[in-house]
Amino acid sequence: MLEQEDKILEVRQLQTHFFTDEGISKAVDGVDFVLHKGETLGIVGESGCGKSITSMSILRLIDSPPGKIVGGEVVFKGENLLSKSEATMRKIRGNEISMIFQEPMTSLNPVFSVGEQIAEVFRVHQNMGRKEAWKKAVEMLKLVGIPSPEERAKQEPHELSGGMRQRVMIAMALSCNPEILIADEPTTALDVTIQAQILELMKTLQNELGMGVIMITHDLGVVSETCDRVAVMYAGKVVEYATADDLFDQPKHPYTIGLMNSLPRMDIDQESLQAIPGNVPSPYNMPNGCRFAPRCPHAKGICHDAIPELRNTDDGSQVRCWMYTPEWEDHSDITKAGVK
Amino acid sequence: MFVYIIRRFLQTIPVLLGVIFVVFLIMKLVPGDPAVLIAGEGATEETIETIRNDLGLNDPLLVQYFSYLKDIVQGDFGESIRSNRPVFDEIMVRLPITMELALISILFSIVLGMIAGILSATKPNSIADITIMLLALIGVSFPSFWIGLMLIFYFSVQLQIFPVAGWDSWMHIVLPSITLGAMGAAIIARMTRSSMLDVIRQDYIRTARAKGLKNRVIIYKHGLKNAIIPVITVIGLQFGVLLGGAVITETVFAINGLGRLIVDSIYARDLPMIQGTVLTASVIFVIVNLIVDTLYRYFNKRIELD
Repeated sequence: MLEQEDKILEVRQLQTHFFTDEGISKAVDGVDFVLHKGETLGIVGESGCGKSITSMSILRLIDSPPGKIVGGEVVFKGENLLSKSEATMRKIRGNEISMIFQEPMTSLNPVFSVGEQIAEVFRVHQNMGRKEAWKKAVEMLKLVGIPSPEERAKQEPHELSGGMRQRVMIAMALSCNPEILIADEPTTALDVTIQAQILELMKTLQNELGMGVIMITHDLGVVSETCDRVAVMYAGKVVEYATADDLFDQPKHPYTIGLMNSLPRMDIDQESLQAIPGNVPSPYNMPNGCRFAPRCPHAKGICHDAIPELRNTDDGSQVRCWMYTPEWEDHSDITKAGVK
Repeated sequence: MFVYIIRRFLQTIPVLLGVIFVVFLIMKLVPGDPAVLIAGEGATEETIETIRNDLGLNDPLLVQYFSYLKDIVQGDFGESIRSNRPVFDEIMVRLPITMELALISILFSIVLGMIAGILSATKPNSIADITIMLLALIGVSFPSFWIGLMLIFYFSVQLQIFPVAGWDSWMHIVLPSITLGAMGAAIIARMTRSSMLDVIRQDYIRTARAKGLKNRVIIYKHGLKNAIIPVITVIGLQFGVLLGGAVITETVFAINGLGRLIVDSIYARDLPMIQGTVLTASVIFVIVNLIVDTLYRYFNKRIELD
């Protein structure tokens, strides 16, 4: 296990809700995780599980209204970001914690040259003059492996390919040598070959610059390639939190197991892939008990009655499931509530 | 960029030829024979025929068109039937007045419309937003002659701040500009608001926020330069509407501009003058469109010609 001092970010009981006409959507509902220096933490889950909202909440980029961070703490270098002023947050964004997004096509401003968009970061956070900032922008483009960076810097995003644009996003995010890089599905919109290049680039730069990375993805392949530790999210909560090795060797939560089973495998002969039955619950109408219970093959009465805590297991990972608690054996299939 | 402007400029030539052709046809399609008019009552058939020949009215239509075209290019728009003075000279006296009015009005529309639109978009559904959009609705739906008369009634007659009519000092410009620019301001405000609201939701605005930029920089640099693209189109179209609106505004405020010249010529059936004024207005519109397209291209380099 990593040392306590290496901890650069700790998210505690984060709750981000959306207040809409249809009701309150508890998109993120009590999420905990820790990021250490130089480590890559994966946040995995299906669309709508709250993984992107979690990452946006860290930098307080949630549009309000309708979104609001209603509870919890985001502790960065010993201080809670949720109680910081907007001006302080601006100094942190793009400087100490930066972010790259899923869609490189739309995440760059179409009417400014890519050089200008990178140079802007240097001007804002390091008070550089125009010329100096531009020079640094060209250097950054070179760092992320863009050929003839001087010419490329003058081009606008539409003149670049998807992979190039994601490189530009990475260059922009890493300009101020951040301590944390949040990558929200950085390779989802790219071709498979380009995906590998971008992941490789991120890995190299992470080793060079020593930053912590939060990798938001739904792709377990990306997780296995890049992450040291993984938080699996389901319906706004972390259901399993383990090292990547443990997660792939011994997935514990039935949801994680379901995810693994839905992956194609080379080592065994499969007729067809196993999908998880049922659907993700509506964020406006969450089940009372474990949120995965309605889709879980092992669910008992207790699962429908109460939400399990995220508990430590013997091998040091954490899982939010009644199956791994002493109460599991005490409950027979028929309970007082008598649900299902 | 330079090549674009040249190519775009060359494209206006066929448009202008077409415009001149239509203006030329006005003369041909209006009932009555100009030769008879010129010869006067009681002229013999022979005299009329001579005049026809002199004026080239017996030539084929295309020949007549080209000879008309030749005159136009040389700045010869014919002579006014009403005043017997060259049409070109009269237009040149009136044109600067209308251009001044139009430019100040469009400037008023742009400044007021864009500021109001941005204010609305940055605080959607606030009291400021609702008030601005209500005013904009009034601006688009109330006819300009009514707005003009109301402005005269309150500011000139009752409060006596601005003169009722005429065109001498900057005081004379205020009310006509508001009258003429009100609808433009309202349309630009609505367009800016919807365009800005659309832009604010884009991914690159989220990127700009994640970079740690100030809200002001995000709105006015990253937002506005994108949001302005459709607004420019509206401004261009609005300028055309403005030239039409000048006819009414100049009549209401008794300004001797091009608009009033058009109205007076129509009343007097002064055909050469009507042709000249319509042609002038068209040429201005074509030039404005050229400027708008160039600006459009400047703000959105993704646009390629054809």
